[in-house]
Amino acid sequence: MKKLALNDEILLKIDKPARYIGNEVNMVKKDPKDVDIRIAMCFPDVYEIGMSHLGIQILYDMFNKRADVYCERVYSPWPDLHQIMKEQHIPLFGLESQQPVKEMDFLAITIQYEMCYTNILQILDLSQIPLYAKDRDENCPIVIGGGPCTYNPEPLADFFDLFYIGEGETVYDQLLDLYKEMKKGLYSRKEFLHQAAKIPGLYVPSLYEVSYKEDGTIGSFEPVCDDIPKKIKRQVVEDLTKAVYPQKPLVPFIKVTQDRVVLEIQRGCIRGCRFCQAGMVYRPLRERGIDMLKEKAYQMLKNTGHEEISLSSLSSSDYTHLEELLTFLIENFKSQGVNISLPSLRIDAFSLDVMSKVQDVKKSSLTFAPEAGSQRMRDVINKGLTEEDILHGAGLAFEGGWQKVKLYFMLGLPTETEEDMRAIAQLAEKIAERYYEIPKEQRNGKCQITISTSFFVPKPFTPFQWYSMRTKEDFLGCAKVVNEAVKSQLNRKSMKYNWHEADVTVIEGILARGDRRLSKVLLEVYRNGGIFDAWSEFFDNDRWENAFASAHINPDFYTVRERSEDEVFPWDFIDTGVTKEFLLKEWHRAMEGNVTPNCRQQCSGCGAMVYKGGVCYENTH
Amino acid sequence: MRIRIKFRKYGVMRFIGHLDIMRYFQKAIRRAEIPIVYTEGFSPHQVMSFAAPLGVGIISDGEYLDIEVHDSLSTEKAIEKLNQMMVEGIEITNYVQLPKGAGKAMAVVAAAEYQVFYKENDLDSMAFSYEQIRNGIDQYFHDRNEIVITKTTKKGERTLDIRPYIYRFQAYQKEGETGFSMLLSAGSQENIKPELVVQDFFRYFGKEYDKYAFQIRRVDVYAEASPEDPSGSRFLPLDHFGERITQEREQVNG
Repeated sequence: MKKLALNDEILLKIDKPARYIGNEVNMVKKDPKDVDIRIAMCFPDVYEIGMSHLGIQILYDMFNKRADVYCERVYSPWPDLHQIMKEQHIPLFGLESQQPVKEMDFLAITIQYEMCYTNILQILDLSQIPLYAKDRDENCPIVIGGGPCTYNPEPLADFFDLFYIGEGETVYDQLLDLYKEMKKGLYSRKEFLHQAAKIPGLYVPSLYEVSYKEDGTIGSFEPVCDDIPKKIKRQVVEDLTKAVYPQKPLVPFIKVTQDRVVLEIQRGCIRGCRFCQAGMVYRPLRERGIDMLKEKAYQMLKNTGHEEISLSSLSSSDYTHLEELLTFLIENFKSQGVNISLPSLRIDAFSLDVMSKVQDVKKSSLTFAPEAGSQRMRDVINKGLTEEDILHGAGLAFEGGWQKVKLYFMLGLPTETEEDMRAIAQLAEKIAERYYEIPKEQRNGKCQITISTSFFVPKPFTPFQWYSMRTKEDFLGCAKVVNEAVKSQLNRKSMKYNWHEADVTVIEGILARGDRRLSKVLLEVYRNGGIFDAWSEFFDNDRWENAFASAHINPDFYTVRERSEDEVFPWDFIDTGVTKEFLLKEWHRAMEGNVTPNCRQQCSGCGAMVYKGGVCYENTH
Repeated sequence: MRIRIKFRKYGVMRFIGHLDIMRYFQKAIRRAEIPIVYTEGFSPHQVMSFAAPLGVGIISDGEYLDIEVHDSLSTEKAIEKLNQMMVEGIEITNYVQLPKGAGKAMAVVAAAEYQVFYKENDLDSMAFSYEQIRNGIDQYFHDRNEIVITKTTKKGERTLDIRPYIYRFQAYQKEGETGFSMLLSAGSQENIKPELVVQDFFRYFGKEYDKYAFQIRRVDVYAEASPEDPSGSRFLPLDHFGERITQEREQVNG
């Protein structure tokens, strides 16, 4: 029997021992002695969240296809186990071999959201790896970060040896080959990192030096040696149909957030919403071929036994062959007890028809994400969804038997006025009125409209990266205006309003546009017990405020401060393809309330065309 | 047609709880492409039921689930196909067709056999040696007419004489395992947990019971045999109530 890293006594005491034993269906088994390179692939949150992440499944499959590599998984131990591991000095381990992470060659961490930064420190600490990259010696794994937050990796720069900027399917082979080559010779860790920095897309923070102006903004950001690039170019898969995609995804024993087959139909987005980082940094839109998707859907359902399949993308309605794909899935799998879970689709006759085939209309709800209540505000954020679209879609849905509607909005957007806030409630009212236009005998009681608002966080590489974020008090003020407006509507009894916490949004805003000076704040928060900050039950705002105070850092510098148009941002050394000139032009257009057409209507010259694929070349074939 | 599947659960799979084992089998049956029957409606589910939940940490050589299928391979082929889909720690050991009118696994469970043995088979660390256990059971079990224990349930505490529900209680020693072996009442009537018995045994002799020192194994799960059964046994394993599907029968059904 395989020896587990944790003994029976620990496993029987803690919550959900299945998080820590591995052995899942389709887990890759190799003898660590048979490989040259061992990778611990980490999602720094609890198992159920981490196991639901598609990116890790793709990379796990890709790495393990190499005979010379063994890639294992690591997730954040829940606080109950965290405490035991600290007390008993148990080193964090890979789920596959149950052996310590610190004995492996790479610790690769995907960085998906700002509030998991303290969990990254937890992972390093429990792995018994020095937290600061500069303190690591030749025996430590190379700590590498990837994922959306690496579009501004600076708050974490001191903790990582390397960052991989861009899509994982592209240059890892080069990095691993280099590592293997260097492992044969007598190269030092430092020499390896220097060579790695020459691979496109790889950023070695220790080889770049930042100087600051008196006002605290960046004066210069330069490489310390002249044989590595000044700018790091985001790596992109040109043809997603040919790219690797798992055939046999892992099937966890315990119920995880995404307990289903996930089919990524396309990457990138044509829409150009100005608040959306994903819509800017994953450009250009690239679709996967319909035949590949059909084949993968069949294989993955067969190999996992999952009873549900879900499509993944930023805007599924824009996928060219959506109708054909959904028809294929319904015709081939519905009769075998497979649920087809639909991504958020544009609500129209087609999507309602599909939904009525795969969902129980009475129980399911429709989702709209207008993001802003007034048309003026939606023009500012370039959300190309009109009130007519929403009311028309809702009307069709109500006539089709639906009665539950969910609406998502943001508060604290640039140029937002009280009128814009109240428009949220007014839009909900119009939807409710549309419902009650249906004759009483034909409807099914009251309609239920759930309004949810989140507070807007300006992100790097979006046109709103220059925007000064609202304060916590402003945010709560906005929510109050909406709440009162909801309460004053005629159909208020059909509405429910939820808003997010403001504290955590502010911290997110600081980290999103932060710089290297924030590393000491993160360390301080972690040392004072901060982990699982993405979980409201563990987030402690005082702990963060105290950490800023003791590090002598004014959080306002990162949030509410006015940024000039020529300011050098901490993330400017990354070249995402989309130019700063384009973003600035979009910022100006936003202020003027001008909308910008989507990529299929007209090319706006964002710069992503430098990548030789996707929507930019659709009409040239 | 109704099928009863018997399986073993061992190794790291002992940490997977009952509900997750059910989910595991739902997916495994789909992977093995067993033509299982689904219920009607918007969220159809497989017609599947398990005999008796097994606690986390316990291993077993005799777990059962019943399924309903449209048609079936032979016992031999079905076992092979299912085992190709299993993870390490779950092994299918039998696959039989139930006769019409056979009771559901869950409803017919009457007894379960357990072994409770030291994880470390090291005399110095054992509170009782094999001989001490043998003698102890004479005193604790054979020489007494009632064994009254206090059982803590959700509703509070109650006292219970467990003596009538212990059908057999013996010392156990085999292949480096030393401990207790017992046949206990199980199912909806009176479900006696092996840990409760061993714990009370320790208490009776004034010794401290360390639950982490023991591994529990469920050996098999039983139903009451019919009085006419030629074996003459009071209890028979659950798979005894079905019939193996031979290659010839498979063709007839298929």
